[in-house]
Amino acid sequence: MSNRLLPFYATLLIAVVAYGLCVMQFPNMFSTRVLGNLLTDNAFLGIAAVGMTFVIISGGIDLSVGSVIAFTGVLIAVLVGWYGFHPLVAFAIALLLSTLFGAGMGAIIHYLDVPAFIVTLAGMFLARGLSFVITTDSIPIGHEFYSTIQSLYWRMPGGGRLTVIGGLMLVVFLGGIVLAHFTRFGSYVYALGGNRQSAELMGVPVARTTVLIYALSGFLSGLAGVVFSIYTSAGYPLSAVGVELDTIAAVVIGGTLLTGGTGYVAGTLVGVAIQGIIQTYIVFDGTLSSWWTKIVVGILLFAFIALQRVLVLVSSRKAGALAPA
Amino acid sequence: MISLRRAAPQLIALAVILFLNWLAFPGFFNIRIQDGRLFGSVVDVFNRGAPVMILAIGMTMVIASRGVDLSVGAVMAMAGATAATMTVAGYPLVAVLAAALVVGLLCGLLNGILVAFLDLQPIVATLILMVAGRGIAQLVTEGFIVTFNEPGLIFFGTGSFLGIPMPVVIAAVLGVLAILLVRRTALGLLIEAVGVNRSASTYAGLNSRVLLLFVYTFSGFCAALAGIIATADIRGADANNAGLWLELDAILAVVIGGTSLLGGRFSILMSMLGAIIIQAMNTGILLSGFPPEYNLIVKAAVIIMILLAQSLSLAGAGAFFRPGAKAKPQEPLRSSDPSANKAQNPA
Repeated sequence: MSNRLLPFYATLLIAVVAYGLCVMQFPNMFSTRVLGNLLTDNAFLGIAAVGMTFVIISGGIDLSVGSVIAFTGVLIAVLVGWYGFHPLVAFAIALLLSTLFGAGMGAIIHYLDVPAFIVTLAGMFLARGLSFVITTDSIPIGHEFYSTIQSLYWRMPGGGRLTVIGGLMLVVFLGGIVLAHFTRFGSYVYALGGNRQSAELMGVPVARTTVLIYALSGFLSGLAGVVFSIYTSAGYPLSAVGVELDTIAAVVIGGTLLTGGTGYVAGTLVGVAIQGIIQTYIVFDGTLSSWWTKIVVGILLFAFIALQRVLVLVSSRKAGALAPA
Repeated sequence: MISLRRAAPQLIALAVILFLNWLAFPGFFNIRIQDGRLFGSVVDVFNRGAPVMILAIGMTMVIASRGVDLSVGAVMAMAGATAATMTVAGYPLVAVLAAALVVGLLCGLLNGILVAFLDLQPIVATLILMVAGRGIAQLVTEGFIVTFNEPGLIFFGTGSFLGIPMPVVIAAVLGVLAILLVRRTALGLLIEAVGVNRSASTYAGLNSRVLLLFVYTFSGFCAALAGIIATADIRGADANNAGLWLELDAILAVVIGGTSLLGGRFSILMSMLGAIIIQAMNTGILLSGFPPEYNLIVKAAVIIMILLAQSLSLAGAGAFFRPGAKAKPQEPLRSSDPSANKAQNPA
């Protein structure tokens, strides 16, 4: 059992050490201002990553995340800017559509019995294409509701600002932790990822759970789109390209096994934080190319996956099972 | 090698798309010769489709081994960046080409080692390079779009041989060589065996690790070749956009060609046909005056239709539509459920 927590502790250790090293070099990084910005800048990534955590724990994958964020942003911008909807109404419509979109993908995955990889790939094309069809331009959102939300914040000790979207991300993470560990749905997700056949034999409603998992991921991607649109005050169909990779990286670095069945929502938060710390360091340094973020994330991905492999091999040896050929 | 009946759905689809293109643009089939080179929309379909065709050749073998290579787009960017930067630095053409191809081979080798020796899931193993590769390409070009005017390298993108555009020639030659390699030797059969059941093939005495190492290295080689062509075509290396999303196009081409994502039976020729179908759709959308953004929606629709068709044939309904074809042709693939693999290594 402690083996399962090891990747999580390793991630936590790396995050703390990385932050410590950054602070040693740039003492200014040790402030709630940096913390506040870290939360605000990565809010959309974190929210989407919570949905991805559930999908990956269930043994699937969702490649449509980035496209759904872009689609939601464009849809909200058009509804608010062109048709004069109140942003809250636009949010509701966007969240409903993205949830249905996710549920549809889940249904195709389950009932047509095709790999999640290819279904969500089609979803990625579809959502991105739809947002291009709506518009190819960047549409600004100038509603006063947006400026109200953007100006709201809670002043942390030390002068840092916890913005609405940063706070929303923390709330989503809390909700995700409760959903994963304290509800029946959560245990269904883990059971499905551990072994689908056993789960089915134990009476897990596989069809309903699969559809719900992807609906949840769709909903959270939509919410990430809402947050992204508040963050940028605009809708642009080319935004959030490659966010699905960042979220998958955050989930894996956070200690969730890509084979499914094992993982923690809290780990994903640490994974997002590590990516944020790297970016902040690059900003503080000022001379490094921002591409180092991608390279360091790639190296971390490799390190964590290798660590997980070793743990799995060790535990399967202990269990006396044959190591896979 | 492939019976006409098996290729019928794809050939019909291609014919329909070409017919629609002809309706939208009556001059579609016109071909003329200018400066000793063929020009025309049909030639363009092949020319523009060549990089994806090349990627699809490598991807077919990877998918047949029950894997997937997500890194090909990033490898294209890295190979292109290497070629452009070395050309600007004044290295001879041979050295430039060799270096770019070696970059591809090394990337493929890395993927292969991760999959074959560390037993990583292929999606995860190749995801690492997909994320990091573009960053490395940016470092090589130092964030700029490196442009060059070296006629030797440009020839690979825009030159022609016997009137046929060079990318098409390269794709065709590579395709023929690959098909001869896998079908005139036992290699293709062995790859299929590993794809259907890796443990069983290992117990049967196959060196599945070396085979996996080979397919990923070959895929990296194909990606580097496609990267050289893409770079030569625009006379520059754009680390951000070179090969962007082409890994998905290549996978789609393989799937359209009828190779199952669950490994096993594969056909390189059909995957190349799939790449041409994708490009014919793209060209058709452009010619008919629709905004190119519709491409993505059409692609999504095609994927969903293929999934539906495969699902129907899985349910045995396929035999109804294709009399004479074996009922449930993919039955053995289905029985190798992914969860069966997982049971061996409980997390």
